Amino acid sequence: MSKLTLQNIHIRYSNNAVVHAVSLTVEDGQIGCLLGPSGCGKTTLLRAIAGFESVTQGSITLNGQLISDHNTHLPPEKRTIGMVFQDYALFPHLNIADNITFGIRKQSSQDKARRVAELLELVNLPGYAKRYPHELSGGQQQRIALARALAPRPRLLLLDEPFGSQDVELREMLAREVRDILKREGMTAILVTHDQHEAFAMADEIGVLQQGRLQQWDTGYNLYHKPANAFVAGFIGQGVLLPGIVLNHNTVATALGNVHGDVPESCQPECPVSVLIRPDDLRLVADSPHPATVISRGFRGAEYLYGLALNDGSQLLALTPSHQAHPIGASVCIELDLQHLVILPTLTSY
Amino acid sequence: MEIKPLLWRAVLLSMALLTALPILAVFGYVFVPAPEVWQHLRETVLSDYLLNTLWLVLGVGFGVLLLGLPAAWLNSMCQFPGQRFFEWALLLPLAMPAYIIAYTYTGMLDFSGPVQSLLRELTGWGYGDYYFPNVRSLGGAITMLSLVLFPYVYLLARAAFLEQSICVLEVSRTLGSNQWQSFFRVALPLARPAIITGLSLALMETLADFGTVQYFGVTTFTTGIFRTWFGLGDHAAASQLAALLMGFVFVLILLERWSRHKARYHHTSSKYSRLPRYPLRGSYAVAAVLVCALPLLLGFVIPVGQLLYWSVTTATNGLDADFIKLVWNSIMLASLAALFALLLALILGYGKRLSNDPLVNLTARIAAMGYAIPGTVIAIGVLIPFAWMDTQLNTISQQWRGSTIGLVLSGTLFTVLFAYNVRFLAVSLQTVEAGLGKIKPTLDNAGRSLGLSAFGVLHRLHLPLMKGTLLTAILLVFVDVLKELPATLILRPFNFNTLAVRAYELASDERLADAGLPSLMIVVAGIIPVILLSRSIGKSRAGEH
Repeated sequence: MSKLTLQNIHIRYSNNAVVHAVSLTVEDGQIGCLLGPSGCGKTTLLRAIAGFESVTQGSITLNGQLISDHNTHLPPEKRTIGMVFQDYALFPHLNIADNITFGIRKQSSQDKARRVAELLELVNLPGYAKRYPHELSGGQQQRIALARALAPRPRLLLLDEPFGSQDVELREMLAREVRDILKREGMTAILVTHDQHEAFAMADEIGVLQQGRLQQWDTGYNLYHKPANAFVAGFIGQGVLLPGIVLNHNTVATALGNVHGDVPESCQPECPVSVLIRPDDLRLVADSPHPATVISRGFRGAEYLYGLALNDGSQLLALTPSHQAHPIGASVCIELDLQHLVILPTLTSY
Repeated sequence: MEIKPLLWRAVLLSMALLTALPILAVFGYVFVPAPEVWQHLRETVLSDYLLNTLWLVLGVGFGVLLLGLPAAWLNSMCQFPGQRFFEWALLLPLAMPAYIIAYTYTGMLDFSGPVQSLLRELTGWGYGDYYFPNVRSLGGAITMLSLVLFPYVYLLARAAFLEQSICVLEVSRTLGSNQWQSFFRVALPLARPAIITGLSLALMETLADFGTVQYFGVTTFTTGIFRTWFGLGDHAAASQLAALLMGFVFVLILLERWSRHKARYHHTSSKYSRLPRYPLRGSYAVAAVLVCALPLLLGFVIPVGQLLYWSVTTATNGLDADFIKLVWNSIMLASLAALFALLLALILGYGKRLSNDPLVNLTARIAAMGYAIPGTVIAIGVLIPFAWMDTQLNTISQQWRGSTIGLVLSGTLFTVLFAYNVRFLAVSLQTVEAGLGKIKPTLDNAGRSLGLSAFGVLHRLHLPLMKGTLLTAILLVFVDVLKELPATLILRPFNFNTLAVRAYELASDERLADAGLPSLMIVVAGIIPVILLSRSIGKSRAGEH
């Protein structure tokens, strides 16, 4: 059993709060993810779990053992928490086998050899034991870094931007590969990334962090479809917040007409709200009461991403199949195709 | 730029040949038999030369590691009072030539010096009542050389520690090693190639040292070569000793090359994170300060204090017309040598940039080797061919005009300048190459495409960009020449003195206090390159953004 619990974690450098009141739980065998823009505090939080930073307030427990609070700090080497770094940090003076056995040197040489063979098999690099790190490609080095971290059978595995050095096209594939390996080992893990596709491909649950605060801890699906606030709505996927006025408990009036869906209870009629419009919520049609002008166009292969301006000046994004080509400046008609409504109480725009 | 290939290659070839001339001359004598002298050497002093040189190398090797490594580690990984100061101050002993520190400690520690006098005063002991270690010994020479050469190890080890990705150390922590274990299992092995490079540089200087061992009466190869050449007058045997010494130097060059080669694979990553320095408190902080302060005090502060004291006490008689002549000679010689070296370095540096001629690389390689060759060896390597040419010139003149023309080459300033360039061309070449390396070829292309001529590129792009580099190259050679002792001593024109030679002569005449003023001037000049060095380090700290 490996259950990680963070309770009301604060981390401050001198007077600067880097992490603020973060609480979360990763259940045994689950893969969690801390997602956010750079400087949001996600790496600091990860390093606090590893034991490289101390917490100012709150507590971190692993399997019920308190490992960090304001006056407890178990040093990193005593935590049995493995870590994979963005630059892999393989030991360049040691060969692959010695890298992997670095953390299990007290075991017998037979046990070590068995573990090396087993892990190289797991990361699909059998026969690389005697190679040196500089002879390996980036992707191979990364898998060895993973094998090395898994060797001592840590209670928890931390991955700091593990695919950051890879080509963008490779990242998702690698993320799925690593997920498979971790799931096979039944590993509890936390990933830190700024790339939501990586997060979706790898994690069971994702926490979105902004300015040191946890905005939402949820599945990828819910982050996209039920964002808790405007920041999450803007950060996950693309979209535009369209201003609207609440009419009743399931209707909001907008520039695109009345839209229907659950209105949060905090929003009384007459209350100004924002309605999240994803690019795939809009259709360009031959005729509708809502004319718009094409102001930008991005070709995406299968689709076009259009930037549209309504008559009142508000702007929207629309994703359409790429055979529907409209030049910039063209007049089009749009129609809302909302599967469900995301209404956010504030008008703060991101 | 268009360069006439034939002329260009001729220039290069003659540069390569001239730089290699002293080495070739020394090795040319290897097969000239000198049986009697060798017999004599073997029976008397050869085993001393070998053993003393060996002990010196081993002792200094151990000494520089002991002084340099802990300081390097503390200054790259820890936080303690004065750390920012020690970081650069630990380079200061580099400004102190070994022969000069030897004079100061002899002055302080010999029988009539302040330390023993105080000891006698406090205890009431008299002569012979107590044991006091003799500075003028092999152990003394090892200590002196270690005190001024440890910055090589400090500098390179510190750079290597800083270059290591902090992640590597953190990974080691997550794999169950504590800070100390991480140091020994990861940081130290990773820094090993750099440490070996620093060590081999320090040992090259040790093998090249003449002033210290000569003054302490420790017979090593350099003093042996000197003695055999001048005392026994046997050029063949001296050259053969020199060739043997060169053999040791080559071993060190190979070691250095090999470790630099290995270092490429020990590069951990191109990404660096901020280095969190461990704050040290209480007794740990005191210990750290001591580890850094002791080498600095012993290797720089105390000897400089002694030199200052001597200079002040002798200033009234010391500052006369002769002394001003001395300073002028030194400055003139060092400036000429520095300009000469810069000119050659520019030819080679631009040659390398503009053409792929393998001849350029060969020339540059030969030129770079000079720095590793002891001044004594270069001196006799220069004397041999120049004396030969003088003889030839005089024979010709005798036949044509019926009279000799005297020594045209040897015994002139030209000889001295030539030897300096063989020894120090590497310094200016390295600086020029580093400076040119920073000017990307695309910049030249951009300049040309914006309408600049080839000369315009030089004048409007390279000159402003290279200004600092050129000045650095001149300064470095200038100071190196100012400190140089054995080649100057051997090659200088009759009655021509420099600060270094004068200090050496005064110290040899037991006039240590009088040697203080010229020595102090050399040390003060020597601080300039140390400042340049510590500045360039400050700018290129890999570990911190």
